[in-house]
Amino acid sequence: MRIKLARWVNKGTPWIWINAGAVAISIVMVIGLLLLLAVRGLSHFWPHDVMQANYAPPNSSGDALVTQVIGEFVESEVIPAVQIASSGIPIDESQETYQRNLLKLGNRDLTGADFTWVLSDYVSDVEYPANIIALERREWGNFYGFITEVRESGTSIVSSDPSAVEDYAAWDEFLIRLDRALSIYDQIYEIEKDEIGQINYQMERLRLRERRLELDGENTTAAMADIDEDRAALDVEYEALQIQLIELYESFNRDTAVFVAANGQESEIDIADIVLAYRPNQMSVFAKIGTYFLKVGEFLTDEPREANTEGGIFPAIFGTVMMVLLMSVFVTPFGVVAAVYLREYAKQGFVTRTIRIAVNNLAGVPSIVYGVFGLGFFIYIVGGEIDQLFYPEALPAPTFGTPGLLWASLTLALLTVPVVIVATEEGLARIPRSVREGSLALGATKFETLWRVVLPMASPAMMTGLILAVARAAGEVAPLMLVGVVKLAPSLPLDGNYPYLHLEQKFMHLGFHIYDVGFQSPNIEAARPLVFATALLLVIVIAVLNLTAVALRNHLREKYKALDV
Amino acid sequence: MNDMNTKEELEPNSDVRKVDVSSVLKEESAADEQLETCIDVKDLDLFYAKDKQALINIDLNIPKQRVTAFIGPSGCGKSSLLRCFNRMNDLVDDCVIEGKIVLDGQNIYERDIDVADLRRRVGMVFQKPNPFPKSIYENVAYGLRIQGINTKRVLDKVVEESLKAAALWDEVKDRLHDSALGMSGGQQQRLVIARTIAVEPEVLLLDEPASALDPISTLKIEELINELKKKYTIIIVTHNMQQAARVSNYTAFLYMGNMVEFDTTDNIFTNPKEKQTEDYITGRYG
Repeated sequence: MRIKLARWVNKGTPWIWINAGAVAISIVMVIGLLLLLAVRGLSHFWPHDVMQANYAPPNSSGDALVTQVIGEFVESEVIPAVQIASSGIPIDESQETYQRNLLKLGNRDLTGADFTWVLSDYVSDVEYPANIIALERREWGNFYGFITEVRESGTSIVSSDPSAVEDYAAWDEFLIRLDRALSIYDQIYEIEKDEIGQINYQMERLRLRERRLELDGENTTAAMADIDEDRAALDVEYEALQIQLIELYESFNRDTAVFVAANGQESEIDIADIVLAYRPNQMSVFAKIGTYFLKVGEFLTDEPREANTEGGIFPAIFGTVMMVLLMSVFVTPFGVVAAVYLREYAKQGFVTRTIRIAVNNLAGVPSIVYGVFGLGFFIYIVGGEIDQLFYPEALPAPTFGTPGLLWASLTLALLTVPVVIVATEEGLARIPRSVREGSLALGATKFETLWRVVLPMASPAMMTGLILAVARAAGEVAPLMLVGVVKLAPSLPLDGNYPYLHLEQKFMHLGFHIYDVGFQSPNIEAARPLVFATALLLVIVIAVLNLTAVALRNHLREKYKALDV
Repeated sequence: MNDMNTKEELEPNSDVRKVDVSSVLKEESAADEQLETCIDVKDLDLFYAKDKQALINIDLNIPKQRVTAFIGPSGCGKSSLLRCFNRMNDLVDDCVIEGKIVLDGQNIYERDIDVADLRRRVGMVFQKPNPFPKSIYENVAYGLRIQGINTKRVLDKVVEESLKAAALWDEVKDRLHDSALGMSGGQQQRLVIARTIAVEPEVLLLDEPASALDPISTLKIEELINELKKKYTIIIVTHNMQQAARVSNYTAFLYMGNMVEFDTTDNIFTNPKEKQTEDYITGRYG
């Protein structure tokens, strides 16, 4: 038997099992992680049915006070009875555990909190009335209730009986007016963000030009008159837009609707405040799927609302991608040039070896240290100097002497440059000597050989370095908090105003967004699914960036297929 | 450069030639008296390290527009000697060369020599085909582009002429822009030769050009050498003594870093003066 075991071991079978097991565990863990993120994150956008029920938990004196609850079921858990007893609710001694359900009540403006736990033992009369309406609002979160009336400038237009399921009059009128309000909102948004934003930008530039002239002592009356003239023109333009805006706002705020929430509480809501309205209990699966994708689309393309707990995360996606691209632009040439020097030109000896070890160790420095370095060196020293030299007119407000996109990209480029150097060096070492000699033998200099033959052949290795760099940089959060990421950036770093790419601007980042939404949010329950959704999105963004680089590398590999050595 | 011409130690023993002598060779042998020296090697020593001497006191005249073969056992220094002619040994760290190699009246180891220009004048083909991972066309045009020639008309003409000279044109003319890496080994080696002659060198160094090829490709390369020697001075290193006998006019036998004997190929193979040479070509060692 022992001999058989020894033979079995020697044949390598256990090794195969151990290796295969390790691979299997890794795959299962990765898939599990993605599944968890997907399930927890993506289910958030599903328009769940809204239930109406009576809840009568006994209070300390033993009486039960009946309240009506309207809301979405979120999750349920089983807790020990002791825990309930300690919160002052009398318990049934024979029962060791209780089930409790988390309900999303919405209506934060009415009830104060939009989530609540209810003990399922005391919930009764659960029903799903078809005419319950779910509203997504710009402020105060979701609203659940029944519509009773639509008003225009305070006068009632049409009303419905909330208890009559088939009474669509108010709902239909409401939908028409909601569409109108949303289209006005788009116009207002365009004027405020784009047109007035542009005027403000030009005004700011005029102010800086004036200041600059003053600083240079060239503030002649002619020059000043020029500026004043421009400013007057902008003012006129601004006034015109302002009048247009006032009109739009007036018509925007014209309509309101009256709703009845739980316990018969009435609430008049501006239609202008509503983003999306639907009757979840009445929707077919297909209608729900449609609404689902509408909400996912909103999440991907909109700006955040309500301290990042509502709305979309487009600025964070944009900021992440932008920063990674800029980082790639900085890190690739820098790393490649350094690697070429180390491998091709430097005399291989003690000093080169030491430098190589140092470079490798640089990759192991904690990233927050790079953040501190970026803040101290790039922002305060380099940025401060740039401000003194090129933007004195804006001082004391810093232009580049403050965290921003440029410094974040540079800091991450510094963080990832060792990876690119190591990968490129390995690639250069793999180019067969015979090809280099072939080029040299044709009268090419060393530089020409490098430039025309060696570097193109080593380009797949450079791409490998870049892939590793992107993977590391896109997931990095700690240093970014010091050098440019903010919780909410008012504008994207890329827009229609010259010079289009604003490297000095602060930006949003998915990684930091997860931290902010998950741990800094005032509304934890509302934010939790967004944490999962954002995490999933971050993984997807990194995967897409990496796959692009991998595709590019495969293309290059095919093109510069190394000779069989 | 009279002293080079006077060193005429070549014996035009045409009647002894029995080993595969083509008609071309016969024509040439009649003109052997006017042979010029192309490369003159004087007192050449080569060290790879302080105590590792690879070439000892080599003296040699390579005749112009003839094929000269270097033979000898592995490690005898024939490739090292060949790589001295285009200063490829410069790439080897700690390699020290003493003595002179005179090409066109100029010592190529002098300080003011432009090595890149020298390598253009002295082309080299390596043991294993080493085409660049570019198209066939770009491989041949490479040397010209290096010189800054980018006119399409000129490039087209040179590429065609070079490929024709390397007997490759008919095989590749329809796929000039395909990758050179898709060709067979023999084609690749002829492409490398085409690439080398595209820059119009004076001397062609062939470092065992057929050793990695099959017999048919080898035959094609040998035919090509016979064609090319009308225009170029060719130096070939080979392990294969039959090949040396087939393609070369002159043969040098090297052993342990020394040049044992240098003579016409006929003399080396039929009437060697040195015992060592005789032992080697009769297969007693090496």
